[in-house]
Amino acid sequence: MALLQISEPGLSTAPHQHRLAVGIDLGTTNSLVATVRNGISIVLNDENGRAMLPSVTRYAADGGVSVGEAAQAAQSEDPVNTIVSVKRFMGRGLQDIGDISRLPYRFVDADGMLQLRTVAGVKSPVEVSAEILKVMRARAEAALGGELVGAVITVPAYFDDAQRQATKDAAKLAGLSVLRLLNEPTAAAIAYGLDNAAEGVYAVYDLGGGTFDISILRLSRGVFEVLAANGDSALGGDDFDQRIHCWLLEKNDLSALSPQDTRLLLTHARAAKEQLTDHTETRITAVLSSGELIDNELTREEFQEITRNLVQRTLQPMRRALRDAGLEVDEIKGVVMVGGATRMPQVQHAVGEFFGQMPLTNLDPDKVVALGAAIQANLLAGNRGSDDWLLLDVIPLSLGIETMGGLSEKIIPRNSTIPTARAQEFTTFKDGQTAMSVHVVQGERELVSDCRSLAKFELRGIPAMVAGSARIRVTYQVDADGLLNVSAREMSNGIEAAITVKPSYGLSDAEITRMLQDSTQHAQDDMLARALREQQTEAQQLLEAVQQALVQDSDLLNETEKTRILAAMDALSGVLQKTDHHAIKRALEALNFATTEFAQRRMDQSVQRALGGRKLSDLES
Amino acid sequence: MMSFDFQQNHFQLFGLAQTFALDAGQLDQQFRTLQTQVHPDKSAHLSDAEQRMAMQQSTRVNEAYQALRNPLKRARYLLTLQGVDTQEETNTAMPIDFLMAQMERREAVAEAQQAKDADKLDALQAEMRRETRALEHVLADKIDSEKNYVAAAELVRKLRFMEKLAEEIHSAYDAIDS
Repeated sequence: MALLQISEPGLSTAPHQHRLAVGIDLGTTNSLVATVRNGISIVLNDENGRAMLPSVTRYAADGGVSVGEAAQAAQSEDPVNTIVSVKRFMGRGLQDIGDISRLPYRFVDADGMLQLRTVAGVKSPVEVSAEILKVMRARAEAALGGELVGAVITVPAYFDDAQRQATKDAAKLAGLSVLRLLNEPTAAAIAYGLDNAAEGVYAVYDLGGGTFDISILRLSRGVFEVLAANGDSALGGDDFDQRIHCWLLEKNDLSALSPQDTRLLLTHARAAKEQLTDHTETRITAVLSSGELIDNELTREEFQEITRNLVQRTLQPMRRALRDAGLEVDEIKGVVMVGGATRMPQVQHAVGEFFGQMPLTNLDPDKVVALGAAIQANLLAGNRGSDDWLLLDVIPLSLGIETMGGLSEKIIPRNSTIPTARAQEFTTFKDGQTAMSVHVVQGERELVSDCRSLAKFELRGIPAMVAGSARIRVTYQVDADGLLNVSAREMSNGIEAAITVKPSYGLSDAEITRMLQDSTQHAQDDMLARALREQQTEAQQLLEAVQQALVQDSDLLNETEKTRILAAMDALSGVLQKTDHHAIKRALEALNFATTEFAQRRMDQSVQRALGGRKLSDLES
Repeated sequence: MMSFDFQQNHFQLFGLAQTFALDAGQLDQQFRTLQTQVHPDKSAHLSDAEQRMAMQQSTRVNEAYQALRNPLKRARYLLTLQGVDTQEETNTAMPIDFLMAQMERREAVAEAQQAKDADKLDALQAEMRRETRALEHVLADKIDSEKNYVAAAELVRKLRFMEKLAEEIHSAYDAIDS
């Protein structure tokens, strides 16, 4: 710390006027974090320069958690404890997941949302997702050098209430303040719209790892209006891998494989899929745990054949979205492509054919959502003026209430602009009835049993009256995140009772509290991030102090000494923006060491000045 | 934040004349101007109380916009302001030729769906839209010029029939798709 006392910490480093906010694309396959720096949205890379963090979380027996590349590498050897594509489980019950026998996990069917049994205990998809978000947060805080004001997290437009609630809970668990949940296609349009200053109606075709979304947006005079959204929450790039996987099983006469072999073949399937984007054929070679050799050649043509109906499945939501928006195909000015899966030539071809124009692909389809989310985060954090754009989003699914006969009465229709609210009055069915059950459902179907059940609650304390005379007002309020609150109130006789419910698929506050406590036991990542920030601040202060000292007193040094100090400064500057706090620490110590003698001479000099030319050593003796 | 009067009716909120005939472009523009002022995104970094207030105001603007943008809803709302009940659930008296025409159209939609004939659906949809626009034209006269609200209420009931027909055409398209 030889030179620290010379500068005044806090004065030299300019405080951030800018409120630090990020956009996070919490994807099925990969996650990204982006921020706006000097007015430009950029994706933040890890210390190895990688933008995409595989959305993979691995739990070890000692309670340790690894996320990303490291976890992904263990996918084949430890599939049961290595959770991939957890996004598919968010806010979902076991009955919602298609063929669970093909997945290597040990599922626990819990009330509301399924859970996963790992060597480190039973984990909720919310906890698994929170681990990914923690890494994103640490990366952002390290890169930006400060606490985040908040984050915009993106979700598929087609996510229902339970899935949105689960995403928000995961962010809370990761210690992030959520400025807004933003629909992924909307984020993409923000990225494109601002870059190209486009006006008109656009379609956003988003084929991600596990979900498909189509959104129709109108961009005009700074307002982004989502006219319609549709999609399929169980269709994505992973399904193309699955098709290749099934094709391999068929070609090689294989039946049930071990989780390890399944994972191995899926990994090869994904690689083959990516190969076929730029090549017309690819070879798949793998050795199963039994020693059996898999060696097949897959042509692009055959790949397109076995995945044809997956591509076709995206067309129906497109037609529906157009109809909901009241538009014809030729009114669409441009089509934005989002998601790595849109790189597949057959997808681009099908979309081009449907819209009668080539889709826009000039922004990286993997990054465009995070880039747009960062722009919105920057705006919501209050970094921009009031003359900016405004986003008017819609809810993708109708919200209803169960009425007599198990029918769903729609209270808020799909594609309503949010925030929105609607109240409807109901009455009692029997004489003297004092309680009423309210069942909240989401979906387009007539029968309650075909819709998703969001919440059930009872309103009690209705004064006993003859049937049909009580007036119970049920109010649905959807906020700007697309999250629902329901309340019921008895209106007659002036007596009021109200209840506010959270959807049963969301987590209770008690559960969140428990998870937060759990997470503090594994707060390693957070500590690393803090250590890094501290080292960075210290390094910055030291660099400025040395710089200042050189300006004032470089005559105390000979050329060799000066060169050595400058080299140490360069070394420290070089590692400053990296995320390895050990490297910063080492460079910091090296610079401290290189300047020890310099500091000593400066001290001597100032003491000499003060004491009229005597050396410090003289005084001591 | 601007002062916001929750007591204003939908037309007052957007500063529009209280008529059925309406400049949709002006409504759109007023809607956007208001949302630019009150939308929760403008106060995402402010206190919880301010965010709640923003949500209520923004919800109010959305509600008013939905009610005015759709002609049937707009007519219903105008009649409600005049204290006239449109009796859509209770009054089923309807000219016999109108009812006959409706039944024929519905059968045609069902047949087109059965035959998976999208072209036929397109034709039916176009006809339905023409008819709807014609009814709306008459409705504007009844409400704005003649102030004949009883006749207007009957037109609203007819338009409700047309809306149901539109819904059936919509689900017929969906059925053909899947």
